[in-house]
Amino acid sequence: MAEVRPLIRDELLPPEPPPRRHLISIADLTRDDVERLLALARTFAKSLEREVKKLPALRGRTVVNLFYESSTRTSSSFELAAKRLSADVMSIKATGSSVDKGESLKDTALTIGCYDPDVVVIRHPEIGAPNLVAQLTGAHVVNAGDGKHQHPTQALLDLYTIEDELGGIAGLHVAIVGDVLHSRVARSNVQALLLMGAKVTLVGPPPLIPRGIEAMGCEVSYDIDTIRGADVVYVLRMQKERMLAGANYVPSLREYTARWGVTPERIRPGQKVMHPGPMNRGVEIDGCVADMADALIERQVRSGLVVRMAVLYDLLTHGPVEVKVAEIEEVA
Amino acid sequence: MLAGKQGHEDVVVRGARIVDPTGDVDAVLDVRIDGGVVAAIGEKIDGNEHRVVDAEGLVLAPAFVDPHVHLRTPGREDEEDIRSGTAAAAAGGYCAILAMPNTDPVLDSAAVVGSLVERARDEAEVPLAFLAAITKGQAGEELTEMVELAEAGAAGFTDDGQPVRAASLMRRALQYGIAAGRPIAVHCEEPTLSRGGHMHEGAVSAELGFGGYPAVAESVMVARDLALAQYEDRPVHVLHLSARESVEELRAAQADGSTATGEVTPHHLCLTDEAVRSLDANVKMNPPLRAEADRKALVAALRDGTLAAVATDHAPHARHEKEVPFEAAPFGVTGLETAFAALYTRLVKPGLLGLSTLLERMSAGPARIYGLERPRIAVGAPANLVLLDLEATWTPAEAGFRSKSANSWLLGERLQGRVKLTMAAGRTAYEG
Repeated sequence: MAEVRPLIRDELLPPEPPPRRHLISIADLTRDDVERLLALARTFAKSLEREVKKLPALRGRTVVNLFYESSTRTSSSFELAAKRLSADVMSIKATGSSVDKGESLKDTALTIGCYDPDVVVIRHPEIGAPNLVAQLTGAHVVNAGDGKHQHPTQALLDLYTIEDELGGIAGLHVAIVGDVLHSRVARSNVQALLLMGAKVTLVGPPPLIPRGIEAMGCEVSYDIDTIRGADVVYVLRMQKERMLAGANYVPSLREYTARWGVTPERIRPGQKVMHPGPMNRGVEIDGCVADMADALIERQVRSGLVVRMAVLYDLLTHGPVEVKVAEIEEVA
Repeated sequence: MLAGKQGHEDVVVRGARIVDPTGDVDAVLDVRIDGGVVAAIGEKIDGNEHRVVDAEGLVLAPAFVDPHVHLRTPGREDEEDIRSGTAAAAAGGYCAILAMPNTDPVLDSAAVVGSLVERARDEAEVPLAFLAAITKGQAGEELTEMVELAEAGAAGFTDDGQPVRAASLMRRALQYGIAAGRPIAVHCEEPTLSRGGHMHEGAVSAELGFGGYPAVAESVMVARDLALAQYEDRPVHVLHLSARESVEELRAAQADGSTATGEVTPHHLCLTDEAVRSLDANVKMNPPLRAEADRKALVAALRDGTLAAVATDHAPHARHEKEVPFEAAPFGVTGLETAFAALYTRLVKPGLLGLSTLLERMSAGPARIYGLERPRIAVGAPANLVLLDLEATWTPAEAGFRSKSANSWLLGERLQGRVKLTMAAGRTAYEG
């Protein structure tokens, strides 16, 4: 049977979309893009060692943080990243805003669009919210987490952390352990790690590993002992707030922890342990593992700041990274 | 059962290629309609001073029957009403449509059905019939008064939009349906398996992170309802099949002597879950778009007749309801005005389906399921005709629809094949 051409929605867009980039999914990036962003983040890390940490790079630019879900790490690091680059920052949380009065995402986006922001950073519980904001405003949109879909800056900061610690990413074996089904962090990290040449194995109880995910190019194991072979063990949070009530993904947290919890006995010396936070100590990760020297969890948070500075800077200044680095040195 | 505007027009359609799969006709001839009834078919027919439609280069076929339309009336007349929905149907080449009962209130009482039939007589641009609910309020607990509903004009019974959860109640409906003498149509979905699902469960949902609505949520219910119908020796019509496994269940039941029938939508025949990567709310529907193997199985089943009918499942939604993130959007897309062009472009043109097969599955097939008189091009038959330009290309746009809603999956898509004229019940219902 001949093939019927699948519908390609891209063809429906106007022939020449305006030159504007968003970071909604890791799939938006090439390997070169990632390398450029990581290099830029390293430059910013150096600049943050100075006594005066503020750079004038984005002076006069406006960044709006629009958060429909609770967040500590992501919202604070985006805010600080924008401030470190001298941008004007406006942070809007769904609670206490017109969202409480039933305003739709469309109207909130149009309202914010009236201030001509350069960047809108959005976190939203529903997949596709950043795409909608991208259609409705003239701003660059950065996805700070949309439902179970994507959290691209988390994956970038994880790449940065791994590269910083282990000197590279290609050829490494990363085991991602836990509630993959509900994890946008897992989806972004699988794409990002594969893009950079790592091997990825997803480990967890069968109901929490989405059916068909091998098609992304990763491997799947239901056996926690698989993590021993990995260079990096990336632990995911059990996301109880995203689970359907009564769905019985696992019979109990006790059994989950007994079977799939990352405990000192299950890892070997020298293995690096990561977690995107917030952690449930004693559930998916043993407190001793979280606090051990090979845990990179706080390093991840620190990386978040420079990586988000790099993302904001890169979106607002097109062009080869070398030139931009020179500019930074100059203004600093 | 069908109610709507009637006509007694005098028309001569000249020089069209007549394709009537039910009569095995495929020839270039003239057709004369006297008082809304086909009076003569032949070469160089005497015009009799009738209005002449020059149809050279066009195809004249029996007009279409859509067995599955959501008219949103009563309750959501902002999305569609009898007038707009039937005008959309006429523009799509339909001469008859069946409206689903999942309205607000649900069509579960003779009074509501009777009043809608009355309104349809004056307002419907093409004849229209209503299906009534199987259970009161579609709540799945008590049977509706099927006999009285049938007397009030209900063309059949369905809880479309949701399944009849309890197998025992489904069995009762099949048994009691004998007294009402109308077909029963089933929406097959095991709700505990589809719960939280926004799209087909598979590689695409795994990657995008959407809750999955697995194929097996449909096929287990298809198997159950087919088994019940066969046990009770009753026909049953299975609505909007989407999964390969469901098709296999239906094919096996038919081979075993079951009189069960099935329908399929244009979007399930043309698209797969890959389309959801766009995150466009206009590719969100229930059942969801499935994998390529499913789509191929549906096309094959339509071709070999396992699936007897194309049904649009035309489901209008207000613009603001679809202008939200994919997960927040309601299920459903429109289809009345694009069905023929979509299927001609995507299936007939590439050689996957014959034109006459498509015409049969859009007209006689669905009519037969509900016991309606099938549209024919034959002397003595009422004029239920569609004139098609198979060369015309067009691009559906929001402003161009007669439907009140524009949640089409084909916005901006270039299509080939266009309806030029629709005659329904002896009356010109659309001319483009």
